[in-house]
Amino acid sequence: MKAKAAVERIMGSVFFVCGMVTIVAVLGITAYLIISGIPAIREIGLVDFLFGQVWQSTASEPLFGIMPFILTSVYGTLGACLIGVPVGLMTAVFLAKVASPKVAAVVNTAVELLAGIPSVVYGLIGMIVLVPAVMRFFQLKNGTSLFAAIIVLAVMILPSIISVARTALVSVPGEYEEASFALGATKMETIFRVSIPAAKSGIAAGIVLGIGRAIGEAMAVMMVAGNVANMPELFKSVSFLTTAITKEMAYAPTGSLRQQALFSIALVLYVFIMLINTILNAFLKRREKP
Amino acid sequence: MSIIVSAKDLNLYYGAFQALIDVCLDIPEKEITALIGPSGCGKSTFLKTLNRMNDLIPGVKITGELTYHGENIYNGGLDVTVLRKNIGMVFQKPNPFPMSIYDNIAYGPRLHGKLKKAALDDLVERSLKGAVLWDEVKDRLKKSAMGLSGGQQQRLCIARALSVEPDVLLMDEPTSALDPASTAKIEDLMSELKKNYTVVIVTHNMQQAARISDRTAFFLVGVLVEVGQTNDVFSIPRDKRTEDYISGRFG
Ligand SMILES: Nc1ncnc2c1ncn2[C@@H]1O[C@H](COP(=O)(O)OP(=O)(O)O)[C@@H](O)[C@H]1O
Ligand SMILES: [Mg+2]
Repeated sequence: MKAKAAVERIMGSVFFVCGMVTIVAVLGITAYLIISGIPAIREIGLVDFLFGQVWQSTASEPLFGIMPFILTSVYGTLGACLIGVPVGLMTAVFLAKVASPKVAAVVNTAVELLAGIPSVVYGLIGMIVLVPAVMRFFQLKNGTSLFAAIIVLAVMILPSIISVARTALVSVPGEYEEASFALGATKMETIFRVSIPAAKSGIAAGIVLGIGRAIGEAMAVMMVAGNVANMPELFKSVSFLTTAITKEMAYAPTGSLRQQALFSIALVLYVFIMLINTILNAFLKRREKP
Repeated sequence: MSIIVSAKDLNLYYGAFQALIDVCLDIPEKEITALIGPSGCGKSTFLKTLNRMNDLIPGVKITGELTYHGENIYNGGLDVTVLRKNIGMVFQKPNPFPMSIYDNIAYGPRLHGKLKKAALDDLVERSLKGAVLWDEVKDRLKKSAMGLSGGQQQRLCIARALSVEPDVLLMDEPTSALDPASTAKIEDLMSELKKNYTVVIVTHNMQQAARISDRTAFFLVGVLVEVGQTNDVFSIPRDKRTEDYISGRFG
């Protein structure tokens, strides 16, 4: 009896400690980012840092404006959504409402595989296939561009959008659809006017999840975007918030303003991700309510 | 009286299982026909053949003849959406869309053609009045229908069915999920409805059938045992099985 109680107590503390690991990790990262991200912002000035349009970290008179990175990340993510959301939503509708169970199973497997492909592989294929294709098709000197990054990101966010939207669509009560059919609606009318609106908060959650994935992606984007700190243009080489950090970190001397500025970029990225997570949680909460 | 819907030797199979066996039933215009019988005898199945909701279930096979205004409902060329517009349906469990009250009613009319806002407003008002719900909701048309009580939701579903101006209304145990007060309201409404509509109602409740219907059809394991004027069926049933059922000996 006593031994049993002891095991209970020990296991209880083991679970507690494991739970704490996550909290400590999150708090630690947050604190570290804030502490190491603030000094450069202080030195450069918040406005010059956030809204400066030129990033020349190695010039004799260095400039640390990250507007090019912020805008590239925002445009890149929006562009990816512009393509990824309609395609993902239609795929989810197809899986949840149209496809026969056999076909749905096949497509589902493909979606799961897509989700499991490491981002370096996306980047590799983007680099070897997509970038040259973009170059030839649009007759550019150089195919590495915001456009190429958008295409890669659009494909990468598909699985999140598809699987979350599909789940939301599947759980729309059949009675709603029955009522629609009974009023003389066709299958497509029912899907677009009843099923999708009824699943809208779940669909929105899938989209926000995709946005989070796109804005945080570094590796695949690094391999196709060209990584030049240009203000974003569709067919120019650009640098994202993520790739600005990965590209320069290895070369920035320890303790230099340049290195500190990279930490500040990480802090900005972190704020973006937090915002997106907050929005996502709001959607998920809304979905729990009837 | 003229016959609006007529079934002749209607058989329906769910895969290998036969749920309706040689059903012959005429439904007269602007009357209430009640379908009664124990659970699982095929009442809902029969009702759903009338607006072809069975099309949505895979593996359903139907033989025999079923006509609406003399036209075969299962004729390949018939437009199911038009049929369902003309033969409306109210379900057992109130199932308003998760939208505003207004949009629930406007849903059907919007499907079947573009209306000016004023005309649509008018139609929404008429439909809600037709289901005796207008006074209760006229100040909250933009509010979600999910906030209504169960009885109000069911009347909303009736109003929604009326919005596309059908001439037949099918109701599948429309009061079985409601409290007695809401049930009474819907029963009152039904006698109003029959002035303008032909109503076919499935009910589990024999008193309800006796109270509201003009004709009653008694089903047993897929067979239509007896049909006639409600008074006759309940007072002088011709079939022994009907007598047993209405006297509460089974079911
Ligand atoms: N979708 C279906 N697939 C297979 N069998 C069904 C289906 N729907 C109903 N049935 C069967 O058909 C019979 C009649 O069902 P139903 O018409 O729902 O009865 P009732 O409405 O009179 O209670 C029952 O035996 C039921 O199990
Ligand atoms: Mg039933």
